[in-house]
Amino acid sequence: MYKWLPFPENISTFGVGVDKLFMSIYWLTLIVFILVTITLVAFLIMYRHRPGHKAAYIEGSTKLEIIWTTATTVIVFGLALLSYPQWNKIKSPTQLPTPEVIVQVSAKQFNWDMTYPGPDGEFGTEDDLELENQLHVPEDKVVHIQLTSVDVIHSFFLPNLRLKQDALPNRFITVWFEAMETGNYEIACAELCGFEHFGMRGFLTVHSEADYEAWKAEMWPPQ
Amino acid sequence: MQENEKMSHENDNDEHHLPANGDNGTESHDHDHDHDHDHDHDHDHDHHHEESFISKYIFSLDHKMIGKQFLVYGLLMFFVGGGLALLFRWQLAYPERPIPIIGASQQYIDEGEVATGADKMWERIYESDKEEWLEVNMPSGVITPAFYNMLFTMHATIMVFFVVVPILVGAFGNFLIPLMIGTRDMAFPVLNMLSFWLAVLAAVIMTVGFFVPGGHAAAGWTGYAPLSADPQWTGVDWGQNLWAISLLIQGFSSLVGSINYITTVINMRAPGMTFFRLPLVIWSLFIVAILLLLAFPVLSSALALLIFDRLAGTTFFTSTAEGGGDPLLWQHLFWFFGHPEVYILILPGMGIASEMIPVFSRKPVFGYKSMVYAMIAIAFLGWIVWGHHMFQSGMQPSLGAFFMTTTMLIAVPSAIKTFNWLGTLFRGSIRFTTPMLHSIAFVSMFVIGGLSGIYMANTPVDIYIHDTYYIVAHIHYVVFGGSLFAIFGGVIYWYPKMYGRYMNDTLSKIHFWLTFISFNCTFFPMHILGIGGHMRRISDPTQYEFLQGFQGMNIFITMSAFTLGFAQLILLFNFFWSMSRGKVAEKNPWNVNTLEWEAPTPVPHGNFEQIPTVFRGPYEYSVPGEESDWIPQAQPEHAPATGGD
Repeated sequence: MYKWLPFPENISTFGVGVDKLFMSIYWLTLIVFILVTITLVAFLIMYRHRPGHKAAYIEGSTKLEIIWTTATTVIVFGLALLSYPQWNKIKSPTQLPTPEVIVQVSAKQFNWDMTYPGPDGEFGTEDDLELENQLHVPEDKVVHIQLTSVDVIHSFFLPNLRLKQDALPNRFITVWFEAMETGNYEIACAELCGFEHFGMRGFLTVHSEADYEAWKAEMWPPQ
Repeated sequence: MQENEKMSHENDNDEHHLPANGDNGTESHDHDHDHDHDHDHDHDHDHHHEESFISKYIFSLDHKMIGKQFLVYGLLMFFVGGGLALLFRWQLAYPERPIPIIGASQQYIDEGEVATGADKMWERIYESDKEEWLEVNMPSGVITPAFYNMLFTMHATIMVFFVVVPILVGAFGNFLIPLMIGTRDMAFPVLNMLSFWLAVLAAVIMTVGFFVPGGHAAAGWTGYAPLSADPQWTGVDWGQNLWAISLLIQGFSSLVGSINYITTVINMRAPGMTFFRLPLVIWSLFIVAILLLLAFPVLSSALALLIFDRLAGTTFFTSTAEGGGDPLLWQHLFWFFGHPEVYILILPGMGIASEMIPVFSRKPVFGYKSMVYAMIAIAFLGWIVWGHHMFQSGMQPSLGAFFMTTTMLIAVPSAIKTFNWLGTLFRGSIRFTTPMLHSIAFVSMFVIGGLSGIYMANTPVDIYIHDTYYIVAHIHYVVFGGSLFAIFGGVIYWYPKMYGRYMNDTLSKIHFWLTFISFNCTFFPMHILGIGGHMRRISDPTQYEFLQGFQGMNIFITMSAFTLGFAQLILLFNFFWSMSRGKVAEKNPWNVNTLEWEAPTPVPHGNFEQIPTVFRGPYEYSVPGEESDWIPQAQPEHAPATGGD
C-alpha cells in the first residue's frame, strides 16, 4: 500500500481486492479533484474583475452538457461493474467458500463471545469451547464466522481483514475470511451499542498451521 | 457622504418601479418617480404604527419576519449544537482529562486539595446531598462515556433538524419565496406562523431532554433500534422519548411549511414568472418542499412506532426468538426518510450558490435548464439510494448492487452542477465579495464531499470505511462545507434586504477565512483517521492499539475545531451588531436582477407597491448591446437601459 495512507496492514485474501479498488477510486477522485480545482483557480484569476472588462454573455452549451453527462455516466458504470464481483465474493451468501474452520461469534454489551465447536466439530454439544473476546484461527484457511447478537446491534470489525458486518439480535449472519499472515490483531465494535461501546474490544490471533494444532490440543484436548 | 451615496443609488433603482407603474397603466412615469421614493418611507411609518410589538415581532404573519425568526432560531441552535461538538472533541483529544475552565484541577482529583475556583464548585457539588447534573454527566469535569454518547447524538440531531433545515428551508424559504416570485406573502400566513411556533416547541422539548433523569437520547441521531427502543440498553428513559416527540413536532412544522411553499410557488407567481424564469434558489426550495412533504411522514411514522415500542410495550423494532418485529425495519424507515433529508440539507445550498455565482460573475448562469433538471434528478435519485447506509447492516447483500449503482449515479447530476458553476465563472467578471467567497468555498468543498461519497457508495470499499471517521468527514464536507458555507454567504448577501443594513465586511472576511481554514483543518484529517480504521462514536480511541498513532491528529482536529467554534462567535456578533450598527444599505446593493431587490428596503408588509410583471429570466447579466450589465426581471422590453455599475 501507499505509505502516505495509514491503512492498517492488510492480511486477508479479499482485502487485496478491497485495497486495490480503494486505490483506483483514490486516483480517479484525486485526478478529478485536481483538474476541477486547477480550473476553478485559473478561472478565478483569469476572469477576476478588472476595469474595462465586461463579462461574456454565455447561456450554456448543450454540446458540453451532453459530453460531461455521458462521460460521468460511463465512468460511474465502469466503476460499478468493477465492484460487483468483489462485493459478491466477500458478502454474497450464495458464494461463500467452503469453510475449514467455523466459529460462532455472539455479541453482547460489551463483549464478543466466541464459541468453538470443540473436538467433535459440532456446535451445541458439551465439548464446545467458549472464550471471551479471543478469536483464534489458522493461517491460510477459510474461516466462517456465524455472527449474532443477544441484545442490540453491534458491528464486527476486523480492520486488518477489511471485514465488517453488523451483528443483529435473533439473526445469524455468516461471513468469511482467509488470513494470510500470522500475528495478533484487534477486533473492534463499529456500531454504537451503548455507553461502553468504545471498550468493546476483541483480539484476533492468527496461528500458523502447527501453532493452531498446538493451541487446539491445549484448549480442547481430544477426549 | 454615505447618505448621498444611498440617495443616488435609490434614484437609480427607482426607475425599476417602471414596470409596476407601467403595468398599472400609469402614463407619466418620470413624474411619478420622485413621489414614489418619498412614498416608500411614509408607507413604512404607517406600518410601524399599525402593528403592535407582539404581532410584528412575535406572532407575526409576515413571511419576512417569520423567515428572520427562523434565522435567529437556527443561528442560536447552531451555537448549542457547536458547543456540544466542542465538548466531545475535548474528550477525543484528551480522554479522561477534565475539560478546561469548569473542570477540576489534577491536584484536586488526585489529592482532594482545593486549588482553583472550579475545585470549590466541585467540592460544593460533591458535598450536596442532591445528585447534581454536572456530577452525573461530567464528574470533576471529565465527560463520562454515557454523556459522550448523549453529546454526539444531540450535536447531530440539533445541527440537522434545528439548524440547517430551519435556516435553509425556514429562513431562506420564507424570506425569499414570496419576494422572488413577486407576491405579497405566503399562501397560508397562519400556517406559516404555526410552522415557526411548532419548531420553537420542538426545540424547547429537545432542550428539556438534557435535564430529565437518565439523560438525553444517546443512541445516535440515527436512533438505531433496539438501542433506542428499550431503556434497558442505554439507561436513557424519558430523554429518548422526548427526542422522538420533539422530532415528531418538528416534522409537523416542516410539513406545514412545505405545503405552504408548494402552494405558493405553484399559484402565486407574478405575471410573467414562468417556471423556467424562476431563480434557481426558488427551484431548489420548491423541490425541497416536495421532498419534505413526502419524506417527513415516513420519519414521523417510524417515530410513532418507536414511541409505542418504548411506552406501550409493542415490538415493532425489537425481535425475540419467538418473533416480533425487526431492528432493520427502523433502519429502512429512517433512511428512506434520511436520504431525501440529506438532499434537503444540500439542495437549497446549491440554489443559494447558484444565485450568488452569476451575480458576482456578472454572467448568466451556465446551463440554467440543466441545473434545474440536475436538481430534479438528485431529488428523484434520493428516493432509491437509502440502502447505501445499510450495506453492512445485514440487509440481503444482493441488494447492494442496486443501491451501489443508484448511489453512484448521483455523481452525474452533481458533476453537471459543478461543471455548470465552473461554466458560469468562465469569461465572467468576478467580484470577490464575501458572499462570493462563500459560494466559491461552497463549490470546492462540495466537490470534496461529493468525491469522497464515491468511496462509500462502492460496496467493497464501504465494508472497510463504513462507520469510520471517513463517513464523518464526508457528511461534514457536504453539510458544513456545503450547506453552511452557502448559508453564511446567503445571510451576508440578503442581509441588506432583511435588515436594511450591511453586515460589517471586515468581520465577515475575517470570519470567512478563519472558518475556511479551520474547517479544512478540522474535517480533512478525518478522512485520514477513517483510512486508519478509526471508528466513529467511540469516546476513547486510545483504548485501541491500532489507533494509538492517531492521537496527535485527534489533538490537532480538536484545536482546529475550537478555532472553528471561535470563528462562529465573530459571525454571531456581526449578525446582531449589524442589525443596528451596520452601514445602511441601498435598495439593490449588488445590482441583482431578481425580484426581491425590486421591493423597497426595509421591505414593507405586502412587499411590493405594485406586483411586478416579469419579462425575462433571472440571470440576464452582461447582455450584448446593453449599456448596463444587468437587466432586472421586471424591466419591460425596449425600455431605456438602466442600472449599471
